[in-house]
Amino acid sequence: MSEFATLADITGEPDGWADTYGDETKPRLGFFTDTSICIGCKACEVACKEWNVIPEDGLVWTGESYDNTSTLGANSWRHVAFVEQRKPLHDGNHDGDTLRWLMSSDVCKHCTHAACLDVCPTGALFRTEFGTVVVQEDICNGCGYCVPACPFGVLDKRHLPRPGSDPAGVRPQEDGRVWKCTLCYDRLKGGHEPACAKACPTKSIQFGEVDELRARADERLAKLQQQGRNGAQLYGRDPDDGVGGFGAFFLLLDEPEVYGLPPDPLVTTKNLPEMWRTAAVAAGALVAGVLAAFAGGSR
Amino acid sequence: MSESITALGTDMRSYYGRPILKEPVWQPEIPWYLFTGGLAGASSLLGLAARATRNRPLAKAGLYISMAGDAVSPVLLVSDLGRPERFLNMFRVFKVTSPMNVGSWILGASGASTAVATGLELLGRAPRSKVLAETVSAAFGAPLSVYTATLLSDTAIPVWHEARRELPFVFGAGAAASAGAAAAAIVAPEDAGPARRLAVGGAAVGTVAMLAMEARLGMVGEPYHQGEAGIYNLAAKLCTVAGAALLATSAKRSRLAAIAGGGLLLAGEAALRWSVFKAGFQSARDPKYVVEPQRRRKGWGLTPA
Repeated sequence: MSEFATLADITGEPDGWADTYGDETKPRLGFFTDTSICIGCKACEVACKEWNVIPEDGLVWTGESYDNTSTLGANSWRHVAFVEQRKPLHDGNHDGDTLRWLMSSDVCKHCTHAACLDVCPTGALFRTEFGTVVVQEDICNGCGYCVPACPFGVLDKRHLPRPGSDPAGVRPQEDGRVWKCTLCYDRLKGGHEPACAKACPTKSIQFGEVDELRARADERLAKLQQQGRNGAQLYGRDPDDGVGGFGAFFLLLDEPEVYGLPPDPLVTTKNLPEMWRTAAVAAGALVAGVLAAFAGGSR
Repeated sequence: MSESITALGTDMRSYYGRPILKEPVWQPEIPWYLFTGGLAGASSLLGLAARATRNRPLAKAGLYISMAGDAVSPVLLVSDLGRPERFLNMFRVFKVTSPMNVGSWILGASGASTAVATGLELLGRAPRSKVLAETVSAAFGAPLSVYTATLLSDTAIPVWHEARRELPFVFGAGAAASAGAAAAAIVAPEDAGPARRLAVGGAAVGTVAMLAMEARLGMVGEPYHQGEAGIYNLAAKLCTVAGAALLATSAKRSRLAAIAGGGLLLAGEAALRWSVFKAGFQSARDPKYVVEPQRRRKGWGLTPA
């Protein structure tokens, strides 16, 4: 345990996590999603829905390549993105009509510094002993603050069909709470890997201790760069980014925004001390303004 | 052209032009609360200052307006919750990293003290305890008026987060303007001098802060000139200027002008909150407001090879 704590200090540890759990702190767990070997089968989406009993959220034909899930949300905790590009697979390979498919299984990043957790007013969002970020559904009162706080647009409120309503003409009724990936907290408790990683047939989704995954990702990136793979880059691996690194990070083959990811995400609460100071000055100015209004007399 | 995937209307690459951020899930209750909370907070300050300078009619008006705001605000907030029956969960922790949690405590303290003061005023009893309750209410007045700006700024929505330096001044001055306007509309013109000065001063400072915010936001501030946010912004400015002009001139003699000016200014302040609220949705909807500033921050170009 102490050995892990030392490692975690170097690699960027969630605030107060080890202090909270003391001896019960477990090694930080997460995902390394290597999109270079994703085949877009969506087994992860299905396994996630099955294990976590996530309701259907509309069968929509987007016409966007093979992606009809479109985005992460309350009812999609894994989302496989499909990108079609007229781009060669390898650097310097410009002969012929090149086309490549980028496929990437997106998921909650389980940030080292998580904005959703910071802004949650009820403490429904919490950091588990595994260093992951989970919503306690018996506490969430559906205030929705975490939804715009997340720099990745992961969290959302859940809408459910009204019980007994005609399935064809479902009228959305809110379950009222926010939902997101729990990194299969229940499975972790039982010593199992998360459902998506278990179901992934190519090991594109790799589950394990974050430190070990980071080392594995570095090796994989070096190999792909050696092969001259066009655009290979790690996303969220470094603890010194705007959210202190992701617990669930990625190897991408193009810029993050191509996959619908923010290029330089920032935990909004990083600027909160400055924001509270500004608010204090503004509050002082308001008091001064009221006093000034009486400077010309009380009537 | 190697990219087939570009956001509409820009040369920036995105995932089928889809948003990166989620739009807020907040309902119309929230912009109304931004208005009523500010009105309540600044009114309790105005009321206490009037009490201290022995302007009884104005003190009473300040107290009653702040009571009205403090009574409506929690109803709006609870009604916006996905699980209203769990509103008390707001008070199971105290968290400075959550402006919404801090704000719940501020609103709770403000509401409780204002209610005590209003009760004693109506009963005409215990004047010292009443002033004490008014003082507590006024102490929470300024925080109540500005914390909502911190709440919005503490999100990933570019038009809110990047406005973190100006928004507390926009909301604080707006609260002053609405408190002054409401009191000036209720109290007889000969007793409403400080309310009119507060309204006009608040409107002036608030408008300048808003213009400074729009200017500094640059491209990120585009929503303030487009769509619904743009309409509300224009309406806010027109109503605010017209209302403040009336309060600064004929409202000193005419009760009718005071009611019209106060009403216009209140409408302007409500429209301003709606503009800020709607701008957040428009900002979240277009990925360019996320990608362009972030790539610039990293020193990267917009269309990498």
